Amino acid sequence: MDAIFDVRNLSVYYGDKIGIKDVSLQIYRNKVTAVIGPSGCGKSTFLRTLNRLVELVEGVRIEGRVLFDGKNIFDRDVDPVELRRRVGMVFQHPNPFPKSIFENVAYGPKIHGIKDREKLQEIVEDSLKKAALWDEVKDRLSESALGLSGGQQQRLCIARAIATNPEVILFDEPTSALDPIASSKIEELMIELKKRYTVIVVTHNIQQAARISDYTAFFWMGELVEYDRTEKIFEYPENELTERYITGRVG
Amino acid sequence: MDRLSKMKERIIVLFLALCAVMTLFVTVSIIAILLGESLLFFSKVSPVEFFTGTRWTPTIKPYSFGVLPLVIGTLMITIGAGLIAIPAGILSAIYLSEYASERTRNVLKPMLEILAGIPTVVYGFFAFAYITPYLKKIFPDMQAYNALSASIVVGIMIIPIVASISEDAIRAVPRSLREAGYALGARKPRVILTIVIPSALSGIVASFILGISRAVGETMAVTIAAGRTPRLANILNPDDWMKSIETMTAAMVEIGMSDVSGQSVAYKSLFAIGLTLFAMTFALNTVSYIVKMRFREVYR
Repeated sequence: MDAIFDVRNLSVYYGDKIGIKDVSLQIYRNKVTAVIGPSGCGKSTFLRTLNRLVELVEGVRIEGRVLFDGKNIFDRDVDPVELRRRVGMVFQHPNPFPKSIFENVAYGPKIHGIKDREKLQEIVEDSLKKAALWDEVKDRLSESALGLSGGQQQRLCIARAIATNPEVILFDEPTSALDPIASSKIEELMIELKKRYTVIVVTHNIQQAARISDYTAFFWMGELVEYDRTEKIFEYPENELTERYITGRVG
Repeated sequence: MDRLSKMKERIIVLFLALCAVMTLFVTVSIIAILLGESLLFFSKVSPVEFFTGTRWTPTIKPYSFGVLPLVIGTLMITIGAGLIAIPAGILSAIYLSEYASERTRNVLKPMLEILAGIPTVVYGFFAFAYITPYLKKIFPDMQAYNALSASIVVGIMIIPIVASISEDAIRAVPRSLREAGYALGARKPRVILTIVIPSALSGIVASFILGISRAVGETMAVTIAAGRTPRLANILNPDDWMKSIETMTAAMVEIGMSDVSGQSVAYKSLFAIGLTLFAMTFALNTVSYIVKMRFREVYR
């Protein structure tokens, strides 16, 4: 199968604290991969390593390799700006910029050098459609994004991530701040998005992982315990810890 | 025992409430005195003459009570100080919150706040004894008392206000907004310019206004450094900045220390200037408050 990310012996340390330890796995193209585990197990650290956002933390140290399309993202000649264009991210809490809806979506493309107004308009419309938000906001693109509901804001953040035309979209617990209806819309969207993008989602909602993902990785105290097809993980987990976690007996 | 401690608590609450009412009472009485004495003044000198007159000679015949020269003097100090403190303050704030390490910040921020605690009279003498002689080397025509040096020193004085409040506003911008910028591929300067500063803008503007309102009300430093020459200066003329002027506050000091009697019109004019000054700073503070409230709504 076609792996877009090939993670090899990845360890991340915060000072002398371990974030993740010796993780190796492959993420498959155009699939939804869920990363589950209890709080503090390193799942967010893992996700943030894939777009090198983890480097913003002072005193962080990274060992190992992450091959993205065969190229190690920590190589000297890799520009994090270009990496982040290709690997978009959606966060736990909806975090639109205090700007208009249009400016939010156009922010990424502008960074990457697109200035032509018509081209930007095209990208904004296309991204909002892909994020299933266009019909709700098409008449008020110039209004502040902060006037949208939480669920709409999160879909706007998805549109913003789509606008740079990425290959991968990382989701860091994207529904944990939303109500059930807004959450299910985001879930449907993530399944829809895998046609075009590779989706990696960190979640501590185990049912969500089961509903939407093709592959599931289970982290425990910084280590990757088990990684397999989602049905396999949920029906015949090999590791006893995995079984206990997904049945709600630990964590 | 229980009843006794309840009583104690009640007495303490009462005492605290009294203290709060006290400040309110003092504020209200100050405003009342300002208004009352000003009314007496305006019964002798018409408001039209006061607000549009161009000569301020309250103690020299022929008496004239035109406040404009003083307002111009205050404006010069305020504009000059703003031109220095606003850029310096915001740049310091950006450095402190976005670039300085935690250690550097822990040293610099308290130092900045100490700067705000130096008595203003010291700033005044600093301008008179150090800034003016230095400027004189560049501008030989400069007078010993002058608007330029006074506005520079007031500018330095309000940098801590602008920097400290702006820094608070910048730090209050949620981390997640910065992360969203970085995750889209923005580099640090762009994140600061297009996300952090616009998000903190109302707090930053509030800091400008508070700093400027402080410059408007500044007394000691300008009395010492700018002198006491009520003159209808031209703000746009550089030569006028080399000469002595008089601000509203300095004029109040002058009248207060002179030997005019408590019943004279000159003495009452002190309160009229005070009221005008109060109206100006009150308006500025209100604007700053409104701007700040707007800012608070953003991240509810």
